[in-house]
Amino acid sequence: MICQDSKTLLEVCGLRATVNGVEILKGMDLTVKSGEVHAIMGPNGSGKSTFAKVLAGHPAYVVTGGTVLFEGRDLFALAPEERARAGLFLGFQYPIEIPGVANSQFLRLAYNTVQTGRGRDELDPLEFDDFVREKMKLLEMNPDFLDRSVNEGFSGGEKKRNEILQMALLEPRVAILDETDSGLDIDALRIVAGGVNQLANKDNAVILVTHYQRLLNYIEPDYVHVTEAGRIIKTGPKALALELESRGYDWLSTKPGAEHGAGAAA
Amino acid sequence: MMAVAKQQFLADLLAGRSLVEQGDALGRVRARAVERVGTLTVPTTRNEDWRFTDLAPLTHLSYQPVRSATALTAEDIAPFVLAESPLRLVFVDGIYAPQLSTPENGAVIVSSLAAALPDHAALIETELARIAAYEQNAFTALNTAFVNDGALIVLSRGAVADRPVHLLFVATQKQVASHPRCLVVAAAGSRATVIEDYVALTPEAYLTNAVGEFMLADDAHINHVRVQRESNAGFHVGHTAVSIAHASRYHGINIGFGGRLSRHNVDIVQTAEGGECELGGLTMVDGNQLADTHTSIDHTKPHGNSRQQHKCIVGGSARAVFNGRIIVRQGAQLTHSSQSNRNLLLSDRARVDTKPQLEIFADDVKCAHGATVGQLDADEVFYLKSRGLSEASARSLLTFAFGAEILRGIPLASLRTQLEQRVLAQTEQV
Repeated sequence: MICQDSKTLLEVCGLRATVNGVEILKGMDLTVKSGEVHAIMGPNGSGKSTFAKVLAGHPAYVVTGGTVLFEGRDLFALAPEERARAGLFLGFQYPIEIPGVANSQFLRLAYNTVQTGRGRDELDPLEFDDFVREKMKLLEMNPDFLDRSVNEGFSGGEKKRNEILQMALLEPRVAILDETDSGLDIDALRIVAGGVNQLANKDNAVILVTHYQRLLNYIEPDYVHVTEAGRIIKTGPKALALELESRGYDWLSTKPGAEHGAGAAA
Repeated sequence: MMAVAKQQFLADLLAGRSLVEQGDALGRVRARAVERVGTLTVPTTRNEDWRFTDLAPLTHLSYQPVRSATALTAEDIAPFVLAESPLRLVFVDGIYAPQLSTPENGAVIVSSLAAALPDHAALIETELARIAAYEQNAFTALNTAFVNDGALIVLSRGAVADRPVHLLFVATQKQVASHPRCLVVAAAGSRATVIEDYVALTPEAYLTNAVGEFMLADDAHINHVRVQRESNAGFHVGHTAVSIAHASRYHGINIGFGGRLSRHNVDIVQTAEGGECELGGLTMVDGNQLADTHTSIDHTKPHGNSRQQHKCIVGGSARAVFNGRIIVRQGAQLTHSSQSNRNLLLSDRARVDTKPQLEIFADDVKCAHGATVGQLDADEVFYLKSRGLSEASARSLLTFAFGAEILRGIPLASLRTQLEQRVLAQTEQV
C-alpha cells in the first residue's frame, strides 16, 4: 500500500549492467518506498530478471553505470551476503538444489547468519525447529520438507514455497521475487501469493518480477512498471497490468518498426 | 635397476614371514600364493592399470611384519566404536585382538579365521582366495601368502544378522606391513550389513595390504561399507572381490580419506541372472595424498542391474584417480547399468584422472555413464551468499554437500556422523 509517512528503501538511478560484455540494463530508474508492492513486467529479454540479479549481486553481471541506494547506503559497496544481511532478498526463479544438505540445516544456517549480522541471537536446532514449523504453516508446507535435501526432488511449486519460506525467516526490508509464479499451478500460486501478502507490511516492500498478469490477481501491486531493452518505459497503476494482458507489450514499444509509438499509451 | 629394486621389495616383504607351515587348510592356500608371488613384480606406471599411480613412495621404505602386538584397551578404540554395531572383530596391525572383539557363533558366524578353522576347515579352504584372483595381482598374492588369520562371516541359509558387523583394523606401528583379510560367505536368502573399517593410531608410515571377499548366494542381500581412514603418512592397498548370484543384492559404499598413497580395486561379478549391485564411493584427499580407485562390474548374465556413483574431492596438491569399468558380456541381455563419476577440485594444484570404461558386447541393454571434473558452481555459491552466508561458508557447505550425498547412503547413523564430521573438518580448512 502507498503510505503517507513511508521511507525510501530502494533508489535506483540510471543503472547499467553487462553480462559477458553485452549491455543488458541501459539506464533503469526505480524508487521503492516502504509499504509498497511493485510489479516489473516486460517481454522476454527486456532485462527484468537481470535487474533482480544485479541488485542481489550475481557475479556474472558487471555494473557499468548508475547508482543504487538501499536504505541510503550504496548497495554496490556491499557483497551479496552483506546485502542479504542488510535486508535485501531475492526469491530465485530457479532455486538451486543442494543434495546432501538437509533443508532444516540450510534454513537454520541462513537464519542464524542473518540474525548474527543484525546483532540478534541465534536459535539452537530445537528452538529453530519450532520457529520454522510455525512459518511453514503460512505456506501450507509439509514439515517433511525440513528433512529432505535443499530443493532436491521438489516440484516447481514446492521450490517456490521454499523460497517464500526463506523470505518469511529472513524478514527482508526489500524482497525481489523473480518469476515466483512461473511453473505454479493455480493452487500453489494461491498459497505462495497468500504467503507473500501476509509477509508484506508497512515497513517492507516487495518487487514482483513477472511475465504474466495472473500473479497480480493475487498480489495487488501499487505500481506496474514495463521494461523494454533494459529500461523502464512505462509506469502505471494496477490497471496497466490488465491492459498489458489484453493488448500485449507491442503497443508500448519504443522500438522503430513497432506498430504504435509509446505516445499511444492510454 | 628400478625393476630389481621393486622385485626385491616383494621378496623382502615375503622374507618377513615367520610362519611355520603345518599343512592345514590355510597353509595350503598360503603355499600356492607364495609360489605365485615369486613370479610377480611390483607394477610400474608403464602398466596401464597403474599409469597414474607411481608406487615409488611406498617402495622406498621397508616394512616388517609386526613383531610384538600392541595391547590396546577399549578406550583406545572408543573413537571408532559404532553404537549400532555390538558385533565387532578388532585386528591390531593385522593381529586378532580377542579382548576387544565380540564374536558370534550360530546361524550367523562372526569369528577370526584362525578360531573358526577347526570347525570350518572345508568351507574356508573352498572359499578363501576363490574370487580374489591373485594371478596377476602382486599385492593380493602377497596378502594371500600371509593369510594366517582374518575376519570370517558366514551366514547360513536364510540367516539375518539383525545388527551390523563391524570389522575394525587398527594400525599402530611404524613401518609395519599388515595383510588383513575378510571372508564373507552369505548363503541363499541371508542378510547382513558389514562395516570394514581401516583406522590408525599412529601418524607414521606403514603398509596395510587388505583383501576382502564377499560371496553372495541366490537372493542374499549384503550391505557393505568400507572405510579407509588410515594415517596421512600410511600406505593402503586394498582389493575387494564380490560375486553376485541370482536375485542377490550387493550394496557397497567405499569411503577413502587417508593414506599418503592408497589404491583400492573393486571387482564385482554378476554370475547369474537378475543380480543387483549398487556401488557408491567417496574419495577425499588433500596435501600430497594420492588415492586411486579401480572398479570393475562384470555382467555375465541377463537381467542384471548396476548403479555406480563415485565422487572425488581433491584439495592441495593431492591427486585422485578413478577408473571405472563396466562390462556387459555377450548374452547379458536386458542389463541396466549406470555409472557416474563427479570430481571436485578445490585448488589449482589438485588433479584428478578419470577413466570410465564401458565394454558392451550385448545389444539389448541400457547403459549410461558420465564423468565431470570441476569446481564449485558459481550459481550455487551465489544462491547461498544471497541467503547471507559468507563466501567461505558457502563453499564449505557445498563441498560438504558434495560428499554428504554419498555418506547419506550409509545405513548406520553413528558412522555417518563420524564421517560427516571428518568431511566437515576437512572442508573448513579449505
